[in-house]
Amino acid sequence: MIEGLNPGTILILGALLVPLTSGVIRSILLLVLPILALGQLYALGLGVWGQYEFLGLSIEVTRIDKLSRIFGTIFCIASLIGVIYSLHVKDTVQHFAALIYMGSALGAVFAGDLITLFVFWELTAVTSVFLIWASRTERAFKAGIRYLIIQVTSGVTLLAGVILYYQDTGSIAFEYIGLGSLAGGLVLAAFGIKACFPFLHNWMQDAYPEATVTGTVILSAFTTKLAIYALARAFPGTEILIPIGVVMAIFPLIYVVLVNDLRRVLAYSLNSQLGFMVIGVGIGTELALNGTAAHAFIHILYKSLLFMCMGAVLYRTGTVKTSELGGLFRSMPVTMVFCLIGAMSIAGLPLTGGFVSKAMIMSAAKDYGIVVIWLVLLFARAGVMDHAGIKVPYFTFFGQDKGIRVKEAPFNMLLAMGIAAFLCIFTGVYPAFLFSLVPFEPTYDAYTAGHMLTSVQILLFAVLGFVLLMRYKIYPLEQPATILDFDWIYRRGLKSLTLAIGRLILVVWGWILGVANGALGAIINVTARTHGDGKLMARTASSGRSIALIVAILGVVVVFFYR
Amino acid sequence: MTEPERDKKYWLEEPKNQNKVFYCLLVLCGLLAIPDVVKLFGVLFQTEGNFELKSLLKFYSIYGALCYVALIFIAKWLRPVLLRKEDYYD
Repeated sequence: MIEGLNPGTILILGALLVPLTSGVIRSILLLVLPILALGQLYALGLGVWGQYEFLGLSIEVTRIDKLSRIFGTIFCIASLIGVIYSLHVKDTVQHFAALIYMGSALGAVFAGDLITLFVFWELTAVTSVFLIWASRTERAFKAGIRYLIIQVTSGVTLLAGVILYYQDTGSIAFEYIGLGSLAGGLVLAAFGIKACFPFLHNWMQDAYPEATVTGTVILSAFTTKLAIYALARAFPGTEILIPIGVVMAIFPLIYVVLVNDLRRVLAYSLNSQLGFMVIGVGIGTELALNGTAAHAFIHILYKSLLFMCMGAVLYRTGTVKTSELGGLFRSMPVTMVFCLIGAMSIAGLPLTGGFVSKAMIMSAAKDYGIVVIWLVLLFARAGVMDHAGIKVPYFTFFGQDKGIRVKEAPFNMLLAMGIAAFLCIFTGVYPAFLFSLVPFEPTYDAYTAGHMLTSVQILLFAVLGFVLLMRYKIYPLEQPATILDFDWIYRRGLKSLTLAIGRLILVVWGWILGVANGALGAIINVTARTHGDGKLMARTASSGRSIALIVAILGVVVVFFYR
Repeated sequence: MTEPERDKKYWLEEPKNQNKVFYCLLVLCGLLAIPDVVKLFGVLFQTEGNFELKSLLKFYSIYGALCYVALIFIAKWLRPVLLRKEDYYD
């Protein structure tokens, strides 16, 4: 342990060694780094380190409190799982970028001031795009460019907010900011882009399905949860977050039903789950913030588990399109079991982690006293059944047999999935572990008979709804398609508008050039007529004539003006 | 991907067994709904006070099924509006 070293920097510095290694040594290096970071986190304990004065700003490189520690812990675990999952990959760029990305997300969580946060914030953007580009397809390249533009916009907005905030308050401490000023608004917008607020969300559904098999798993864990952490730190109890979260929780569920690419389905479902957390931050009570932190913790586990299962399917079969998959339980039974565990956890069945963390947020919503929020959360819980409980496992592993026969996923993938699945169940069966990590003193019991009964009722009746809809062929058939979302605005709408403006500029420019050409031509013509060869102004005359003319003019002047 | 070969028949592939799963689910749902049904009688045959719509919200089973079906129908209804060819953006 190095005194006060931000655990994130361990991963970043370690990444610099990656290009120098290969084979087993690289694998060992990759595995050791997240464990070292976790060790450093717990060896340090709670406190503040690395305070410097820099240009009159007080920088605070490492700050560990209970809120940052729970996010840091799950980030370390997610790093380890991600590294194990991608051990078979022989791509230096991916390993290098992934380590710096994970390290900078971890570093951002422990940043005690807004400048350090900004540096790590931008670093996550710049490094993560390589996990998308590593697919090395044109689609991935274009999606990566769009992703990078939006992510960097978030960083620039954050910087603008930080500068204004420093002007307002004279401080850059990363504490409660609130929505009192333009500075707060800009910072919230920056966080909102990464947290996938409605209309700012499309970068995720656009880019995540284009990343590599292992890249998506790693991407899904960090960026958005870093934003949730930042919101929980700077905007707890900001009420505008509640309606934002409500829209986030519901709106993506409709897309989940329609979208064909299962990794895109999971990206929409991730968006919906973020809605739960944003509502939790908006409510801002101790129970709600505990619930948000716990839900982020569990969410990273089950979401990366589901992404890993779909990644394994993609790795083996070459597709994750619902319309092309079916009946895979014959070929990949172990992956299927892990997928079902992930599905049960995201649906929040009792004895899984999702049950505990969702119950906390829902209880906080109930205590808050607005029935609509509570109903919306219930709706989202029933709706989650569609993609998580049903669409992902059913259409992949069961459903109509499409005759795909492949090998089971590689061992390292299964191991990573196994760890995530184990933790999903462990946190559900032994919630005391989760409660020991949450930021505030937990005073909550998820396992009351009422909670268990109602959640099982909601989920099972949603399943019944699905089964009936399938049986009577009302459920919409899966078909390959693009489903329009808000990104249409900038991928088609704004593009057409820009092209139209471009054409208009071309026409106007052509007209101006034409007019200018005409004017110039006219001037040249006139000049040629007057000053051209042998023309009036170009003729030469003898000196005698000139003198006679001058004498005549002088004569006139003398006669008429001399007095 | 290898060619589909004639592999062993799985238990789940028999339509008969799929029906079994369906009926099991029905029975399970029925059992789970018992507390709700009892509550419903309580609401319908209560002797004092007026019937309140809000009290119906306590029936999670109905709510769960309704939400789910509503979601699918909203999605089905929106589908023609949002659906484009797969290479729409390419």
